[in-house]
Amino acid sequence: MKAVALSNDEILRYSRHLIMPEVGMEGQQRLKAAKVLCVGAGGLGSPLALYLAAAGVGTLGLVDFDVVDATNLQRQIIHTTADVGRKKLDSAAEKLKAINPFLEVRTFETRLTSDNALELTRQFDMVVDGTDNFPTRYLVNDACVLTGRPNVYGSIFRFEGQVSVFATRGGPCYRCLFPEPPPPGLVPSCAEGGVLGILPGLVGVMQATEAVKLILGRGEPLVGRLLLVDALGMRFRELKLRKDPSCPACGERPTLTKLADYEAFCGVRGEESPASSGVPEVTAEQLKRELDAGEDLFILDVREPHEHQICNLGGHLIPLGELPRRAHELDSSREIVAYCHVGVRSARAVAFLHGAGFRKVRNLAGGIRAWADRIDRTMPKY
Amino acid sequence: MLRIGEADYQELRRHGEEAYPHEACGVLMGRAEGGGRVVARVARCANTRVDSPHNRYGIDPLEILRALHQGREREEDVVGFYHSHPDHPALWSATDLAEAHWVGCSYVITSVARGIAEATNSFLLVGGDAGRRERSFLDEEIRVTRRGDA
Repeated sequence: MKAVALSNDEILRYSRHLIMPEVGMEGQQRLKAAKVLCVGAGGLGSPLALYLAAAGVGTLGLVDFDVVDATNLQRQIIHTTADVGRKKLDSAAEKLKAINPFLEVRTFETRLTSDNALELTRQFDMVVDGTDNFPTRYLVNDACVLTGRPNVYGSIFRFEGQVSVFATRGGPCYRCLFPEPPPPGLVPSCAEGGVLGILPGLVGVMQATEAVKLILGRGEPLVGRLLLVDALGMRFRELKLRKDPSCPACGERPTLTKLADYEAFCGVRGEESPASSGVPEVTAEQLKRELDAGEDLFILDVREPHEHQICNLGGHLIPLGELPRRAHELDSSREIVAYCHVGVRSARAVAFLHGAGFRKVRNLAGGIRAWADRIDRTMPKY
Repeated sequence: MLRIGEADYQELRRHGEEAYPHEACGVLMGRAEGGGRVVARVARCANTRVDSPHNRYGIDPLEILRALHQGREREEDVVGFYHSHPDHPALWSATDLAEAHWVGCSYVITSVARGIAEATNSFLLVGGDAGRRERSFLDEEIRVTRRGDA
């Protein structure tokens, strides 16, 4: 990293850093010279980008392709109510520049893919992983290993978080800890399982701390350590990680030499839409017509009880996880329509019921969300 | 104090005998209660230290994560770890302390002499608070309880 000079305005701005020997003039210049790529401008990306900008990181790259929606605002604090409908990149870049006009923001409106990840990663000194899915997590890791960039990792689910620093010289990578992704569908996403809005703040700020420590070359970064955050118990625990000599990415004889198809590796195709699951479906409009015509339908909600309380279409509630032992509550001679939030869990339920011998089961395409969007606009959405 | 049911106590000692001459290791799941810990379950783990399994042990972090996730459904937490000392006293070593990081957890050690479990002792890991106190092990009592006696 080449040294850069600080202006008088910058010296004043960063004075609380400059008077600490651990940072000082040299450290602040390192921060200004640093280029950090932040993948995702969502839950984790919001707090970490805000703090990295405020701390004086010179160049911040942001990769995102999403637009702000109302359900983001509970945790993605870089976006405001007025930003709903805007591109996350535009909204985030505006806030970051407002906090620190000395910051250079480079935005990349794209999904990180095997085709662009190496080129993007090479433009930066390190990557901070703010993604929310396994294919991108493996992609970020492998791109970091192949380009020699540290991967500041964070993940969140409900009340739990994980933080570590992967792919440093001599340190383990994400694949050393998780050689294989979990089976698709086993680990619900935040959209399916929920997340405490404050948790990405905790975890993202820890990622930002680690990024700053790496830039400064100070302290003990979380290399070879996985920090577990339990917000309910408010406990922080640590697992020691070892570099796996047989790791396909960073081991002694790596077999990974280029980026591959990560969706296939993780057993998913894109967002795993119900249409791709191949089970019989009914659209919200068709279901409305059948209900209005008085057809004898058995409506089956496979969501959790607390979701049923938010909104429902009436009918019977059997959460997906309880379906195998409660399938006897269903009458296989009746027409069954299963639904969930967006149609993913109910597609699994329909596939399960078909396997169990039920013939007349269909999935409500798009779930209760589609019903709220197109049939009953007074219904609350979540 | 560490409270553990007779069956779980025998399970971790038996694990030490079965693994002999290697070190056995595992996780103790349970809950904190009145300043002590109560073991509800013993989860055997593989010893990852294949380089020196007769005098070192290591637990795959994924096994600890799995135990934590399974424990969550039963409202159980990690309350300790156990391992065996083949042909060596049931006392902690400098390596045991250096590699112990879960402050507030019990570290149970069973000495296994020629394949037979002998003494089992427990040590509570304390300290490590904001760098003010060094981590250290405190001797703690193990109370073995019969079923329904915990």
